[in-house]
Amino acid sequence: MTLFGVRVPMMASLILWCVLWEIVGRLDLIFLVPPFTAVLAAAWELVNTGTFQRATVTTLWAFFVGMGFAIAVGVPVGLLMGRVPAADRLLGMWVNVFVSAPLSALVPVLMILLGMGETTVVATVFLFAVWIIVLDTRAGVQHVPASLLEMARSYGAGRWRTLTRIVILSALPEILAGIRLGMIRGVKGVVIGQLLISIIGYGELFELYSRNFLMEQFWALTILLFAFAMLVAEGVGMLEKKIEYYAGVRQ
Amino acid sequence: MGAVRRIDAARAGRPGPATADPIVQVRGITKRYGSTEALKDVDVDVPRGKLTTLLGPSGCGKTTLLKIVAGLLDATAGEVLVNGKPISGPGPERAFVFQDFALMPWATVITNVAFGLEMRGVPKAERLETARHCIREVGLAGFEDRYPHELSGGMRQRVGLARALAVSADVLLLDEPFSAVDEQTRRKFQEDLLRLRHQENKTFLFVTHSIEEAVYLSDAIVMLSRRPGRVNRIIEPAIDRSGSPDEIRRDRHYLDTVEEIWHSLRDFVE
Repeated sequence: MTLFGVRVPMMASLILWCVLWEIVGRLDLIFLVPPFTAVLAAAWELVNTGTFQRATVTTLWAFFVGMGFAIAVGVPVGLLMGRVPAADRLLGMWVNVFVSAPLSALVPVLMILLGMGETTVVATVFLFAVWIIVLDTRAGVQHVPASLLEMARSYGAGRWRTLTRIVILSALPEILAGIRLGMIRGVKGVVIGQLLISIIGYGELFELYSRNFLMEQFWALTILLFAFAMLVAEGVGMLEKKIEYYAGVRQ
Repeated sequence: MGAVRRIDAARAGRPGPATADPIVQVRGITKRYGSTEALKDVDVDVPRGKLTTLLGPSGCGKTTLLKIVAGLLDATAGEVLVNGKPISGPGPERAFVFQDFALMPWATVITNVAFGLEMRGVPKAERLETARHCIREVGLAGFEDRYPHELSGGMRQRVGLARALAVSADVLLLDEPFSAVDEQTRRKFQEDLLRLRHQENKTFLFVTHSIEEAVYLSDAIVMLSRRPGRVNRIIEPAIDRSGSPDEIRRDRHYLDTVEEIWHSLRDFVE
């Protein structure tokens, strides 16, 4: 971006917003907005507390286990739907309903089914992430060039090797895009799950801070979570870029 | 007049050329897509060790016929015999070269070329050796570890050709292999194909819509009529190919054959 002929670095706008936040905070207009520097200080204090570290371990565990299940289920289901029209007709409607449904509403049901524990949080992450992975995988499979499938057939590849050597590799860009979007949704899932249960991990901390109007800590935790979500998405995004040339040469 | 032509076509198409040793025999192939008839009662003999071309206007079903011979499509009626045996799908004695190359973009040139051998369970060292040899054969030595997106269109099609050569099939089926490359590359490629045909003792079945290309390359040209495609006539251009490419392209007989085919095809275009 250039401004008045001067090249402005990428993150410059972020600094502008931080300064604005600082000013509003210093003006002491509303207690909800403490100065940004105070939030940063609180964040530093926060990451050094045992409570936060334990909550982080709990949250990461729930997130990665839930994501693991979402990928382990979502990719095969997407492959199945992409390859088998009957499966697509059978499952397509439900996947499309769930991918746009307000899934938070289901968390209380999960609580009844699975109890007020980490299992529910894991299930929430799974439920938030799995649908988009299914849909993107399916789209990837459907975009596998027909001639590549014919090529595999004419050179004697059976169903299984066509799947492992052609379909999955060809659909990899879409599968990874699905996983990246799934992870972003998964972060939402882990936070919403914990908030609704409110006795686990970050949910407990959020509950504690907001109930006691500890706004500095509250914002600090929020920023840390945002940063985590961005980091996760960026990580998968980098992996996607590495194999981006796939998409460029597919017709 | 239309009726006369139809009778003429039927008479010309029926028996096919008297070939002593056909490697591929197409017998009464009919292909219907719903109510459209793409091919109707096609008989073709492909002589062993020769280059036979399927030539015809767009939509005459020449690619469909090639894919039926490849076993990639099922015919509505009729059968295809390869080495005297009816086929029921793709087989190791046939290799296909695709119009859009059909290379795996995530794999290097050598992995692409070795794909067919890998599917046949050839051990890694052996198949890489064969692949390397075929890559040299098509003039791509030094590009073994490149990826398809790093190559030009012409080079990509050479990879496709090397892949077909690697499985040492008896019959190479080429579906408009040069239609996606530029004119210079196309000519160079045609010359290489002629050279390859003399080196390797293989049968080529070639689909094209270019008359010049067909006459330049072929021992026999099977002309298909417009939809529903059927064999209109078979031409065997007896062109002396001992000269240089430019001499061939100026050869009286070459030019006459091109002209003759153009005249008989024009009836279908108009």
